[in-house]
Amino acid sequence: MSAAIDVATQHELEQLHSRYAALLDDGPLAQWPELFTEECLYLLIPRDNHDLDLPLAIMRCESRGMLRDRVRAVEQTVMHEPRYLRHHITNATAVWADGELHGVAHYSVLEVLPDALPRVLSCGRYVDRVVRCDDGRLRYAERRCIYDSVLVPNTIVYPV
Amino acid sequence: MTHNERVWPGDDATRLPYWIYSDPDIYQREMSRIFRGSIWAYAAIEAEIPEPGDFRVTRIGDRSVIVIRDEHGVIRAFVNRCAHRGVKLCRQQRGNTRFFVCPYHQWSYDAQGRLKGVPFIKGVKQMGGMPDDFRREDHGLPTLAVTVRNGVVFVSFHESPPPFPEYLGETNLRYFDRVFDGRKLRLLGYSRQLIPGNWKLMFENIKDPYHASLLHVFLVTFGLFRADQKSQVRMDATGMHALLISQRGEAGKSTDTADISNLREDFTLEDPRLLDPVREYSDDATVVMQTIWPNLIVQQQSNTLALRQLQPRGPESFELHWTFFGYEDDDETMTRRRLRQANLMSSAGLVSADDSEVIKLAQDGTREHPKDAGVLLMGGRDTEDVPHMVTEAAIRAFYVRYREVMEL
Repeated sequence: MSAAIDVATQHELEQLHSRYAALLDDGPLAQWPELFTEECLYLLIPRDNHDLDLPLAIMRCESRGMLRDRVRAVEQTVMHEPRYLRHHITNATAVWADGELHGVAHYSVLEVLPDALPRVLSCGRYVDRVVRCDDGRLRYAERRCIYDSVLVPNTIVYPV
Repeated sequence: MTHNERVWPGDDATRLPYWIYSDPDIYQREMSRIFRGSIWAYAAIEAEIPEPGDFRVTRIGDRSVIVIRDEHGVIRAFVNRCAHRGVKLCRQQRGNTRFFVCPYHQWSYDAQGRLKGVPFIKGVKQMGGMPDDFRREDHGLPTLAVTVRNGVVFVSFHESPPPFPEYLGETNLRYFDRVFDGRKLRLLGYSRQLIPGNWKLMFENIKDPYHASLLHVFLVTFGLFRADQKSQVRMDATGMHALLISQRGEAGKSTDTADISNLREDFTLEDPRLLDPVREYSDDATVVMQTIWPNLIVQQQSNTLALRQLQPRGPESFELHWTFFGYEDDDETMTRRRLRQANLMSSAGLVSADDSEVIKLAQDGTREHPKDAGVLLMGGRDTEDVPHMVTEAAIRAFYVRYREVMEL
């Protein structure tokens, strides 16, 4: 059984998505994992794999700790050209089911490299499970970023 | 650049002229002499097309190719282009079918690439139609030779490529069979990336253990691949194929890591499940990277297994097409382990991202200086197998062969 969400919850959900985008685009990246529950699942998965029911994701974090490890590795170990990213998250919808919000939102991420015109780094949809935590905040228990742009323009350095 | 200026510096492969990465004439010559030469090119794994009629579209060199299992279970390959007017025949990446029908005039082909149907072949109301001497059997799809080794499908545009074992040579065949040991493979998924660099830069990268212990801070930090580990570089007799073989050592600092300026000694994982390697082969090698001329890298990095296929798209760009797999007899824990370790690989990989970024920079740098040349002297001038990583011998071996095939 699922139930519609009220306007206040819709607003709160959209605020969560906006916060997510802001932390990835403008930082601090280290705070991004705090938007997830301790036990969580974050997947960046090509649409082909999703449609074919193949499990491979190009980023797979199975806990908030693994999200933090990803952030630290990106910041401290990965060699990459500097870049600006800009997330656009739209069409956010959700329903209540089993005490959780089951949501979908569309996204696109624009990327600007130092010496190039802006381009679409990734586009697709987020399929989420969002829960209300003890501190009253909404957090992602699960976010599957299913990207339509299966041919990735070179490198995805930061989470999508 | 005119042909006269295209002179390779020296008579060995210790200098690499930068025009090889961006010259369109060189690229065209590579497509015909290398990718359509007497070679075996990786096309697919059998697990992708298990049932009769299952097909997958891939690219060999710069040409689209359909690989299909026919109604008798035999794997066939033919070019993805209608024999009538050159229209790309199949628009799907994969699927199951008995016939391929061209969207333009509905010429249809069976799973062996034979032309079966030509609408209005006899005309309409005694008007039009094909001439009397038109024979459908003259207009099938050009086929490719196919060979299958333990679940891996290779194809060739060439009429008489050597037998696959002979092509790989004894040592490379042994390591190929180490991963592809006859067990059925389980397809885990794909990852595709378009890298803005020449396709050879990817091969160089995988034949180059010197960079691995310097560029890849993540690998070094966690002891997955380091200059002080027991390791070897091995080639086949021709230099076409190569193996980088290494054993995992300790994480953290050692005397031989002093040259690695950005080693992160203080980096420990909060969730160590990301790296939880277990031994799964009978030898001690924890990393085996195999490059198979002209389009395949077989990757075993701990427990993450992948086939990386190189699909050139012009001199300055290639698709790197990753097929991740395990074995059908893997338990759930092993599959999870492989999926977690895949975090190190492909376009968002904690290790591979370094490579796709550096390949772009190599393209950017060499493009501007086509008449200059790079230096390949690490480990000496020869192309012999060595029991260490501080060498560029496998790149030299590749280019010795390249010069022969390309007559450069």
